[in-house]
Amino acid sequence: MAEPILEVTDLVKHFPVRVGVLFKRTIGHVKAVDGVSFTLNKGETLGVVGESGCGKSTLAQVLMRLEPPTSGGATFEGRDMFAMRGAELRRLRRDIQIVLQDPYTSLNPRMTVGDIVGEPFEIHTEVAPKGSRRQKVQELLDTVGLNPEHIHRYPHQFSGGQRQRIGIARALALRPKVIVCDEPVSALDVSIQAQVMNLLGELQSDLGLSYVFIAHDLSVVRHLSDRVAVMYLGKIVETGTEDQIYERPTHPYTQALLSAVPVPDPTQRGTRDVIRLTGDVPSPVDPPSGCHFRTRCWKAQDICATEEPALIVRAGDHPSACHFAEERSVV
Amino acid sequence: MTAPLLEVEDLHVEFRTRDGVAKVLNGVGYQVNAGETLAVLGESGSGKSVTAQTIMGILDTPPAFVTKGAIRFNGEDLLTASDDRRRDVRGDGIAMIFQDALSALNPVFTVGFQIEEQLRVRRGMTRKDARARAIELLDLVKIPNAKNRVGEYPHQFSGGMRQRAMIAMSLALDPEMLIADEPTTALDVTVQAQIMDLLREIQGERDMGLILITHDLGVVADVADRIAVMYAGRIVEHADVYQLFRAPGHPYTESLLESLPRLDLKGQELKTIKGLPPSLTNIPSGCPFHPRCPRAVDVCTTEVPANHRLGLDRTSACHFAEEVVSRG
Repeated sequence: MAEPILEVTDLVKHFPVRVGVLFKRTIGHVKAVDGVSFTLNKGETLGVVGESGCGKSTLAQVLMRLEPPTSGGATFEGRDMFAMRGAELRRLRRDIQIVLQDPYTSLNPRMTVGDIVGEPFEIHTEVAPKGSRRQKVQELLDTVGLNPEHIHRYPHQFSGGQRQRIGIARALALRPKVIVCDEPVSALDVSIQAQVMNLLGELQSDLGLSYVFIAHDLSVVRHLSDRVAVMYLGKIVETGTEDQIYERPTHPYTQALLSAVPVPDPTQRGTRDVIRLTGDVPSPVDPPSGCHFRTRCWKAQDICATEEPALIVRAGDHPSACHFAEERSVV
Repeated sequence: MTAPLLEVEDLHVEFRTRDGVAKVLNGVGYQVNAGETLAVLGESGSGKSVTAQTIMGILDTPPAFVTKGAIRFNGEDLLTASDDRRRDVRGDGIAMIFQDALSALNPVFTVGFQIEEQLRVRRGMTRKDARARAIELLDLVKIPNAKNRVGEYPHQFSGGMRQRAMIAMSLALDPEMLIADEPTTALDVTVQAQIMDLLREIQGERDMGLILITHDLGVVADVADRIAVMYAGRIVEHADVYQLFRAPGHPYTESLLESLPRLDLKGQELKTIKGLPPSLTNIPSGCPFHPRCPRAVDVCTTEVPANHRLGLDRTSACHFAEEVVSRG
């Protein structure tokens, strides 16, 4: 049953660009997240894909309430996330947790694994009363596939994949309902990636978690996601089920992104429909007028420069922010 | 049959550190012909970059020591050559591009200066001629408005353009052979596709030999002619790209292919490789892959497998190579 747990409406996060030493002037804004809306249902994984600079990590930070939004809102289980204060906010912090990208910098090298995984209990004492903490931490280590005996070890004594498991154990400590995964496997070797992805999958079905899964690797996102949102320069340009996005993409950017991923099968060499984009992603300080993608788009017309396309169903069966949306199979 | 452009033979390299001796390369051998692309595939710590750095002669000694082996470029052994001779080969004979273009370029000199430097020192060009050539090279790698951008600094370039600038720099002395060490790992997919296209195009025009070092099986399938798979400082499998993807001949290659999420397939279950890559100061006895191998038996823990021939130009370092390949 599709029951929404997290609903985001028109979320905007702009960072001011300041110059000057004593008298700072604001000369513009980095439009990191520029009007993003989505719904995350219970027990579901929403994949967020996009290239570097598209605002996907800023989105994660705003959802974690690490950064206040410039405008827009979000509700968690029907309550306004950004209006929460005091006890209600503490409760929210238990319910939404994050797994970060780099397992080398996101764990404090001076703390033992037991301290890292148990630290959330210091603040949220109601989850684990003092006497039971050690046991709780060992249970968590066991859940993520680490040896519970290693509770006194330090992060440097673990490999990259094991460190990411420690990060996952820490995120699970407070029994959250939603976990925001910000590029959780991109720093890992291929043979370790699969282990961590399978772990995330198992935890989801065992604990009924909902994931916001942020990544730049389209294959990884396809493997784990139920629904997918494609971001470009702070906006969602196309959203749909995993099948709709990968099999029947309608936005030119999604099509180009998919066709650029090399498929590990040499017999498909030269047989795939390859779309090559020219140039780089424009600066989010001064994005193009109208449709942000028009400067790299082969379909661009006059209307694209003047009118911003809304994210609505135009062709096919899912919303796409393109004036000339059209189904095209590229995978 | 003509001799290969580059031939690496039984290369052994160790790093002598305070914490002990790390055996980084343990008998690496491969060949590259002109106009051919060899992909060297491996995870971090497998020794793929160290092999390239040994070929280029840019390893620091100490801690790195070449203990055995030969590197022949056009028949000449580079390891016994003088420092001057090696310097002549670098850039002119074999050039290299690196993963992180921002740290490989010098931030306090303009991109143009860094390309011109080699032309002036090695070719004795005047400033003016070198500038003209630098603009030509930037044009060649499709940097828009090269004439104006030649005087800019690396930080003014985007990630993709820096990588293009580095390719231009590596081509300045018309090398016969190019080593690309993870050239697209730091780039976004749409830019990665542009850079791979560019490399392919340039290689075709110049009939260069190309060694592409990568961990990305997708990139390999797209551009390589042959593949050398490395594990713990050894080449465990060497094969033609089509053969390798159709029927891998080593359990490590097989497991890697099975553990890969695919864009074009959905709902598959990912098989995992248990355990971790070995520590190079303490490589497992026998076959280095045996603690993680699904088909390991007693002999694997005691005997180092030889390179089994699996047909023309195809080898696998597994005691059961024939069995593995026939199963695929």
